[in-house]
Order: sequence, then structure tokens, then C-alpha cells
Amino acid sequence: MNEVIKTEGLTKIFNKSLVAVDHVNFSVQNGEIFGFLGPNGAGKTTTINMLITVLKPTEGKASVLGYDIAKQSTEVRSNIGVVPQEYTADEDLTGYENILLCADLYGIPRETSKKRALELLELVELTDFRDKKVATYSGGMRRRLELSCGLINRPKVLFLDEPTLGLDVQTRAATWDYIKLLKKEYGMTLFMTTHYLEEADALCDRIAIIDHGKIVVIGSPTELKNNLGGDIITLSIQGEADISGLIEKTGHVKEVKKQDGAYLIKAENGELTAPQIIEALRKKGHVVTKLSLTKPTLNEVYLDYTGKSMRDAEESKESFATRRMVMRRARGH
Amino acid sequence: MNQQNEQYASRFHGLWALTNRELKKWYKEPFFLFISIIQPIIWMGLYGRSMNISSLFTSNPQIPSELADQFMKQTFGTSDYFSFMAVGMLSFTTLFTSMFSGMSIVWDRRLGFLNKVLSTPVARGSIILSKVLSATLRSIVQAAVVLLIAFALGLKTGISFHPLNILGVFLVIFLICMGLSALFVLIAIRSTKWETQMAIMNLLNLPLMFASNTFFPIANMPEWLQAIATVNPLSYANDAIRQMLIYDSINLQGLLFDFTYLGIFALIFASVGIVLSWRYLSK
Repeated sequence: MNEVIKTEGLTKIFNKSLVAVDHVNFSVQNGEIFGFLGPNGAGKTTTINMLITVLKPTEGKASVLGYDIAKQSTEVRSNIGVVPQEYTADEDLTGYENILLCADLYGIPRETSKKRALELLELVELTDFRDKKVATYSGGMRRRLELSCGLINRPKVLFLDEPTLGLDVQTRAATWDYIKLLKKEYGMTLFMTTHYLEEADALCDRIAIIDHGKIVVIGSPTELKNNLGGDIITLSIQGEADISGLIEKTGHVKEVKKQDGAYLIKAENGELTAPQIIEALRKKGHVVTKLSLTKPTLNEVYLDYTGKSMRDAEESKESFATRRMVMRRARGH
Repeated sequence: MNQQNEQYASRFHGLWALTNRELKKWYKEPFFLFISIIQPIIWMGLYGRSMNISSLFTSNPQIPSELADQFMKQTFGTSDYFSFMAVGMLSFTTLFTSMFSGMSIVWDRRLGFLNKVLSTPVARGSIILSKVLSATLRSIVQAAVVLLIAFALGLKTGISFHPLNILGVFLVIFLICMGLSALFVLIAIRSTKWETQMAIMNLLNLPLMFASNTFFPIANMPEWLQAIATVNPLSYANDAIRQMLIYDSINLQGLLFDFTYLGIFALIFASVGIVLSWRYLSK
């Protein structure tokens, strides 16, 4: 089976008016890390909750590992792992007890689950803290515990909802390593949501940019960045001569714009093209005084497809707060 | 990565795991046990001991003590008011424990634990039943402690009392708690606000107790209150326990009716809870 997750027109409407997810179509291939990238309130968590059969879709269909999420929800649940956005472990129990509890919920017999729990604690480096109450854990430790709970049933596909939300830089890097390890060592398929551009860029094989419940574009981070038309070289020279024509003749240059006395050059493979431009200009006797090279980031991609930057998209505080409240209430938090 | 062999996901396994989680939280904190029995102890010790109704008669030299005894037995079924109300305290602890089972589902929802459980293959009915079952087991232990304390404070058993009757008492506690906690879990099943649950609990607990035979016999109540008290399952629990513990003779027919009423009450609410859990736990 190549398509691990497939959705057709998947839609969720809360309270008959709030369209959280709007006819979403995508498919996730076996063994890839697929990311949902979008601002808070874009419908990422709602989508994940429908796929893990916690929420019922209002409209449309989806299948996970070939099982229909509406008709075969028990089969879906037994074969997937979930790492939710919140810390869901029971604070009054120890880490070890929490993992065993998760195992029990999957109906895994005790002999097996004890062995696995110890393995997982080792994997997420919590062995030393296994008998400590979760209430004493730090944020990073709790996140790792959630991860190990999500892996207890050896899922073929793992759902991660904002896996590094609120973590410091070091813990975030460590979490990324775990995620990469799962893909590499276990060939696991991962579906994750994030609103961190760097995270999507660093981890995902393919991403879907989601905005107001709709998917705007799907592709690999490199593909999406290349679609923008390549890198941007900014360059200034001594004197007033117009050298636009000269630059355009250099290979790989796609577009030249003059702006505030500097030239903005769109080109593929900027690091190769820039020296060629300098060389061509030097031959004609022009002296380059300033040069910079910008590689497009997902932020530019985001800007290009949604017409606003990721930060602006976080909505005005007030409207976001209301929307979130309605969604949370509807989702039951 | 082959987990086909562990697909059996036995229903009982999940139910016991969730129940055990609740119980663990409880017995690991002896403070909770202390809190839950401190109230009935205060009621018994302060109210039960000072509300010495029989002394109203015995302190009056004009009433012969035999007549006083008869008055008391006619009204309360026993000559000792303390024994009468101490039995009420058994259902009182049960009522409180079952109210908190509704509260705990609201917490699970708020803390995201419920969402996680919903994403596992555990049967939805088990989620509800684990709350009911753990409250029931807790109630039985708490009732046992309260009963011991009641004996220490001077509970007098009836002439026909047999130690095996204690088993019957626990069966009553089991049934009443099952019904009540299923009821309170049902009230909380969609709720996301623990404040609402708290308000409901505060609103219901005293009226539920006073509109039953917990403190006073139904026969002496005004008619409208009698109507409520005769449907109130607490009345049947109290009556059954009193018959088995402190009354001098057991009215077998009445006792049978008490058990039937409590059994039906428990069965109806537990099954409604399971049915609705499929519909309302997730949206």
C-alpha cells in the first residue's frame, strides 16, 4: 500500500457555521514525513483529530492505512500512534505507569508491554526518571513521554500535533532527531502539524500549506522554494551606468529589477550565478561594491501563496481568541 | 512491525486499566480517603451524637421509659437515633464519591487525557464504566471505614442482626453508587467546565439527602416532600441497610423491593451511560 493517508473533500463545520476544515484533498505516501503548515486556527488540529477518529467529519471521506475513518474507526485507532498537542499524561502516575496505561488501552499483554515500555523509556532517555511522578517532569521530558506513549503499539503511522510547541531550542532539536530516527530506523510514516516554518523545512518530505481551512499548495520544501523562481541576488556598482541588460545576458538569470540604486536579480543557483555576474561586469569595467544572496525560505513561499506573511496570518489577537475559543469548546477542551 | 497478533484488544483489559488508574490516584493519596470520610464523621460525631432525640422522652419523668422506647421504634424503627442517622451517613459518603466521578471526566477532558484515550481502540463504554466502577469500589471501602467508625461511636445493631448482613450492606452500596455515579457521569459527559459541575454538586447534595429518609423518616414529611423521597433511590438504600443492620426484624418483602428498585436504578443509568458514550464522548 503506497498511500497511507488519503482524504477526499474532508470537511469539518463546527456549530453549523464555523468552517474549520474546508474540502481538503491530499494523500500521504508510505514512509514519508508529511507536514501541515499553517498559522494557529488554520484547521490543522481539526484535520488531525478527524484522521485519528476523535472528531467526526461533517462531509467528505478519509482513509488511514486503507481503513475508512468513519466506518472502521477501531481498526484505524489500533494501527496508529498519536502524540497530541497537550501534555496528556496523568500527572499523578509515574512515567513508567503512564506508558503501561497506554499499552493497556491498546490491549497489549503485560509481558510484552513491560518490555516495550522499558525500551521506549530508553529511546527517549527517560530511564532514570521512570519511577518519578510525571508532575515533576520538565516540558521537554513530558513531550518525550508523550512520544513514547504514541509508539507503544508500534504504529505504522504516527500523528504528531505541533510536536515542539513551547519547547526551548535544544529540546526542539532533540525532538527533531527523534522524529528523523523514527523515519530512518523504523520506516514509519509521520503526519505532523506545525506553525514553525523552520520545522517544516527541516523535517518534512512534503508539506501542505493550509490557510483558513483550505490547502493552498502541496509540495516538497525545495520544490516550493524553487517554484518561487530561485534565489535573489542584490547587487550595487560604482557609478550610474545601467547594467540591467548586461546582467540579463548571464546564464540562469530570470529577472532583473532596479530598486533604490541596487539591482534585484532573481536567479536559479544563486551561489553559482553571482560569481558569473561579477566576472561579466568586471570584463566590461564595472566595479561591484555590494553583493548579497538570499535563499528563499518557506516564509517567502507562504507569502507568495497566501498573500501575507506567516506572522500577519496569526490573525488579529481578538478575532483569533474568539475563533480559538469557539473551536476549543466545539472540540471539547 | 507486525502487531496483528495483538489486535484482540480485549474489552476487559482496557476497562480494568482505566479503573485501576482512578483507584491508583486515590489510594496513593491517603489524604483523599481522609477527606472523603471526614464529613460523615463530623455529621455522626457532632450532629448524630448531640441530636439526642430519645433523651427528649427519657428526660421527661412523666413518660415511662418503655413508652419512650416504643415512640422511638415507631418513628425510627430503632430506639437509638444515632444508629438511624449513622446508616444515612453510609449513603452520604456514597453520594459524594459518585458526584466526584462526574467531576473527574470533566478534568480528563480539560487535561486532554480524554482525547488521548479516545484515540486508542479502547471501547467507548469502558471509559464511562471505568468511572462508575472506580467510584463504586471507592465507595465500598469508604463505607466500610465509616461503618467501623459508626460502630466505635456506638451504633447499636438490631436483634436479628447477623454478621453476614454486612455483605448485603455492601451490595446496597454497590448498586446505589453504580446508579448515582452513572447519573453524574452522564450529566458531565459533554461538559468542559468543572465550575458547572461544582455548582451542580453543591446544588444537589443537601436536597438529595434531606429529600430522603437519611435524617428523618418519610412518614412524617409533608406530602410533596414524601413524593420526592419515595422516588429518591437514597431512601431505598437507607431502608435496606437499616433493615439489615439496626432494625429488630427484617421485612423481607420490603427488603426485596429495596433491592429491586436499586438494581433497576443502577442498571438503567449504567446502560444509558454506555449507550450515550458512543454518541456524545466524541463529536
